[in-house]
Amino acid sequence: MANRSPASSTFWKRNQRRLSPLFFLAPGALMFLVYVILPVFQSIWISFYDWDGLGPKTFIGLSNYTELFGDEAFYTSLTNNILWLVLYLLAVPAGLAVALFLNQTVAGIRIYKSLFFFPFVISQVVVGLIFTWFYAPDFGLFSALIKSLTGTEIAILADERFVTYGIIVAGLWPQIAYCMILYLTGLNNINPEQVEAGRMDGARGFRLFWNIILPQLRPATFIAVVVTVIGALRSFDLVSVMTAGGPYGSSRVLSFYMYEQALSEYGYRMGYGAAIAVILFLIMMVFITLFLVRMLAQERNA
Amino acid sequence: MFPTPVEKAARWVSPVYQMLLPVALVIWLLPLIGVAITSVRPSGDLAAGNYFGMPSSFAGVENYTAVFRDSPIGLYILNSFKITIPTVIGAVGLSCLAGYALAVYRFRGNLALFFIFVAGNFIPFQILMVPVRDLTLKLGLYDTVTGLVLFHVAFQTGFCTLFMRNFIKGLPFALIESARVEGVSEWRIFRHIVLPLMRPAIAALSVLIFTFVWNDYFWATVLVQGQAAMPVTAGLNSLNGQWVAAWHLVSAGSIVAALPPVTMFFLMQKHFIAGLTLGATKG
Repeated sequence: MANRSPASSTFWKRNQRRLSPLFFLAPGALMFLVYVILPVFQSIWISFYDWDGLGPKTFIGLSNYTELFGDEAFYTSLTNNILWLVLYLLAVPAGLAVALFLNQTVAGIRIYKSLFFFPFVISQVVVGLIFTWFYAPDFGLFSALIKSLTGTEIAILADERFVTYGIIVAGLWPQIAYCMILYLTGLNNINPEQVEAGRMDGARGFRLFWNIILPQLRPATFIAVVVTVIGALRSFDLVSVMTAGGPYGSSRVLSFYMYEQALSEYGYRMGYGAAIAVILFLIMMVFITLFLVRMLAQERNA
Repeated sequence: MFPTPVEKAARWVSPVYQMLLPVALVIWLLPLIGVAITSVRPSGDLAAGNYFGMPSSFAGVENYTAVFRDSPIGLYILNSFKITIPTVIGAVGLSCLAGYALAVYRFRGNLALFFIFVAGNFIPFQILMVPVRDLTLKLGLYDTVTGLVLFHVAFQTGFCTLFMRNFIKGLPFALIESARVEGVSEWRIFRHIVLPLMRPAIAALSVLIFTFVWNDYFWATVLVQGQAAMPVTAGLNSLNGQWVAAWHLVSAGSIVAALPPVTMFFLMQKHFIAGLTLGATKG
């Protein structure tokens, strides 16, 4: 600042407070604008075009969308997405159950907590490979278990009836760990006086849990539901690694179908892919809006 | 405390609980344990149908050497580091600045801007895919580490800014006010008063972003094609296609790919969990 001329220096001094936020914000906001905000609108725009990613774009109006609504594979993906959403939410109560089980102070419990959290830290690609191996007929641990119980062998990932469930179970494994850690933190912050007061009043076991503990865990529950819903709708890695959408496209989800169409080996269909992405985005927007409304309420109270 | 501590329950509860813990853990980690054991199995075991028993001999050294010798996994790991470390520095740096602006200054559109950062963080990747791929191609950065880093920095800035802004909001504002009265410049206030207090937040975000970006697979498949810039997640998946039925190698590769984020987690556990559970306690 030393070699600044006196005039500009006083200008800067006078307006420093007003201009500073601009300089602080500019780099981050610019990157975010270019790579995140604008692409959303570009995708919506591209969804009205027929485009192979290289040549000229042809405007085709809503044709991509009308084609989509008559596309069997789209409905399979959508149904699977709903299945993912519903079953994935099991991670919330399951995570709570694990957290309750681990919320003790015996020796070594911290190590146990970290080891239970393990599945969340490793990549979904690795989780996918682990479960592919786990389900593999002949030598998979899970298949062996099924065989010893029922006498028949089931190739989970090659069977249209079970494949999506098999992948969801693989996804639940890290997701339960995530919810568990959220609830462990929540349990850690529970007001002990209220718990004691409840115990004095004769509440114990399930009633104590339902009336006193669970309401205090609401912030943890909210975050757990949000991250689980988003995780379910974002599911891509596991589908791609475990089955690549197969057998016969029966385990596709919207995110994977979009990728398949846009970068398909039979020619890139960017416009059609973008249309699928827009639908997925609209579904996600419902949940994002709910989240933002709640955050806004919090900001107002703060 | 809830549930009742086992020490306070009937006398038989505590030993039963202590016995249940390892059992539950083994069941929970069974798939992982299976892979870890498979990764030290000699290939002969698989051919002989010994999938679940004890490995007939310890072939860990052999298998892990084979993975590094016969596949480019070393290169993939190096790429992952080349992508992850600059991303962590970039995203955390940019969000320190942006988060500070949103937390400290009152100006029109502040809250709206903050909400855009938050919302951007939750959108599905697929809606960004076509334009971001196109942009990366036009910049000549397709199939390069830089192309991936730029996107990751931009995207992670959303989450990081949310985190930083809330963290700075929790700091005592009087510190900033009194420095202003003293006539300290805005930049110096940020650099010398606020930034040192942000250390725990920087640590928490760094480990989180490291893990997120290390584990990314989608963008690695969209923005990278060849081996030269491929990170270990995508690399491992393509190796899986080549090593048909060589599960001892796939397992060893999986363990190698999982090791860096796992190490990071164990070293920085406290920060990692603090970052992840932000918002789970209040509100």
